[in-house]
Amino acid sequence: MSRTVISLIIENESGATSRIVGLFSQRGYNIESLTVAATQDSSLSRMTLVTRGEPRVIEQIMKQLNKLINVLRVSELTASDYIEQEISLVKVACIGSKRDEVCRLVDIFNAKIIDATPKMYTVRLFGDGNKLDAFVKQVEQTSEIIEVVRSGVIGISRGEKALRA
Amino acid sequence: MEMLSGAEMVIRSLQDQGVERIYGYPGGSVLDIYDALFQQSSIEHVLVRHEQAAVHMADGYSRATGEVGTVLVTSGPGATNCITGIATAYMDSIPMVLISGQVPTTMIGEDAFQETDMIGVSRPVVKHSFLCKNVEDLPTIIKKAYYIASTGRPGPVVVDIPKDIMNPALKFPYEYPTSVSLRSYNPTQQGHKKQIRKALKTLIEAKRPIIYAGGGAVWNDTPALIKQLATHIGCPVTNTLMGLGVFPGTDEQFVGMLGMHGTLEANKSMHFSDVIFAIGVRFDDRTTNNLEKYCPNSTIIHIDIDPTSISKTVNADIPIVGYAHNVLTAMLEMINDENLQNNKADIETWWKQINEWRDKKCLGYETSEESLKPQQVVEAMYKATNGDAYVCSDVGQHQMFAALYYPFDKPGRWINSGGLGTMGFGLPAAMGVQMEFPDSTVVCITGDGSIQMNIQELSTCLQYDLPIKIIILNNHALGMVKQWQDMVYKGRHSHSYWDSVPDFVKLAEAYGHVGIKVDKPAELEGALERCFSLKDKLVVMDIAVDELEHVYPMLVKYGAMNEMYLSKTERT
Ligand SMILES: Cc1ncc(C[n+]2csc(CCOP(=O)(O)OP(=O)(O)O)c2C)c(N)n1
Ligand SMILES: [Mg+2]
Repeated sequence: MSRTVISLIIENESGATSRIVGLFSQRGYNIESLTVAATQDSSLSRMTLVTRGEPRVIEQIMKQLNKLINVLRVSELTASDYIEQEISLVKVACIGSKRDEVCRLVDIFNAKIIDATPKMYTVRLFGDGNKLDAFVKQVEQTSEIIEVVRSGVIGISRGEKALRA
Repeated sequence: MEMLSGAEMVIRSLQDQGVERIYGYPGGSVLDIYDALFQQSSIEHVLVRHEQAAVHMADGYSRATGEVGTVLVTSGPGATNCITGIATAYMDSIPMVLISGQVPTTMIGEDAFQETDMIGVSRPVVKHSFLCKNVEDLPTIIKKAYYIASTGRPGPVVVDIPKDIMNPALKFPYEYPTSVSLRSYNPTQQGHKKQIRKALKTLIEAKRPIIYAGGGAVWNDTPALIKQLATHIGCPVTNTLMGLGVFPGTDEQFVGMLGMHGTLEANKSMHFSDVIFAIGVRFDDRTTNNLEKYCPNSTIIHIDIDPTSISKTVNADIPIVGYAHNVLTAMLEMINDENLQNNKADIETWWKQINEWRDKKCLGYETSEESLKPQQVVEAMYKATNGDAYVCSDVGQHQMFAALYYPFDKPGRWINSGGLGTMGFGLPAAMGVQMEFPDSTVVCITGDGSIQMNIQELSTCLQYDLPIKIIILNNHALGMVKQWQDMVYKGRHSHSYWDSVPDFVKLAEAYGHVGIKVDKPAELEGALERCFSLKDKLVVMDIAVDELEHVYPMLVKYGAMNEMYLSKTERT
């Protein structure tokens, strides 16, 4: 079951997202993450969806998405070179010497502290899923993690290739 | 420009779309539309007794004509009562537009009286849906609804209109668009030339080819094109339950329906073929049996308008996406232009084999003096109607007996709920057909169980003078359920039979129709003759049939296409 990242351009209207989410639950496909927001053309939204399945299932998912009337374009990013990014915001409880340790990890991971109180830091981190996981794992060794928020993956193909409406 | 209220726009849009009849049931949120309907005369409204029946009526009309049926219902219970009907149409790809009222936009989400999220509830069973939030959008939405419903792979479209959008006091400029285009919807119409050539080459070189056509081959001139192709190749043809009539049922090249209750010769021909030429089918589980054992030596050519149907369950070796009639036209041109001929000696050997299977006479059954066999009733019905009736079926054993023992020579004559298997479909579907073809013989073949699922429509039939002939194969049981219990559950008849079946003759009479009871084989022919001679009367025939009869052939569970039970005691 390979991890597949799918990029979609859909109509920016109320029912569109629910049709896509509905399709996944209705046909028993899984969604690992899903992000959606309007594009520079406010009548369109861009969605990045991460799923997992046998090649035959992925093929059906692509076709079924294409079939939805509100969906304009569908592209399997993982089928060629692509870039994916995710943001996570991590709230860590830390006092005393722990604060330095967390700061060191923040440096190593190229993250940034974007909020702080005497008892905690909120860290922002960009990267792919592995990097975000690794950061959390490391921090956990020294401090208590209070909250983790991940944006879900957004992706784009590398080079000249583009998905346009 | 003409100024109209939202309610008037709905009706005017339907008129401008060419709609002549709608099926519906009024209620609070659509009273403004009903008022606009009252003040015009070009659209006829058919008042049913339950909204589900309105949807099946529109569906039946569509299956017999290929046109889009139109339904109008109120919000809440009116809308939810339609869901079974919409799902029925969706599963069989029937074009339909259903307009439902909704609570005012200002009250949506407040659990207002008779509010249901119709867009949400219907979402999994529609091709598409629209919630109309601006009066000015109404004409375009209605135009789009008909366009989407009728093009590509057809299907039902819901248009949900809140009550304030229909306010008769507020007038807006009206213009009905002559055409619409959707940037995100553009079905592929022509097949890929290279694929078509490859498919044709494969078919021409086949030693044991079979054509397998279904519900996607019923319209346009697809049946005639299939006939031409089949004649040229000389191969056997099978139809799915949804495709009966696509290829003439009485043609020598027709090997019968395939699938769970398909004929021995159809299922075996599929299994032992080397090329399957599939047109407008979806390799539904009722037609494939165990996928792992499916037609092991067959190269599969699959023509379909819907890419999702291709390689969904069975992998297509040569897929062609496009309208079947376009693809077949292109193929026949290639055959003509290049004078392509297949090897007739191979085909002859193939038929020798098929005819051996045919000689087993898998549809044979034994008659008796005491009780009527359901098969015998269908055969008598075929005779009494000269094989030329519209036959609308419910769901159960009677449905399979009708499919197997009434050969259909024309498409659009066999009307049944194949995909969803909706009991209660038959009578309202027959009403939709009879209303469209008042002078044709329209039969509803049904069971003592199914007929009771929309029996209230006998009242609608009286109101609109619909002389349907309802043939109840009365086995005092949910026969198909009982058959499975006999075969799979060691005869434990859990809730599949009853002793409280009503007196259908009295029931028919109570609704103002004619009822005829038949108990003995000797009475059958005379009774049917009388039934069909009562041209302008609805007749309910309550025919007692052998309660122990099973439908055969039947595919062996988890088996291949060539593994079948042929009777209670024989299997392949
Ligand atoms: C609405 C609905 N409920 C349940 C079923 C399951 N089912 C399939 S056939 C059948 C029995 C039908 O009985 P009847 O109409 O008397 O037909 P028979 O099989 O006896 O000919 C049932 C309950 C169904 N298809 N549709
Ligand atoms: Mg019965």
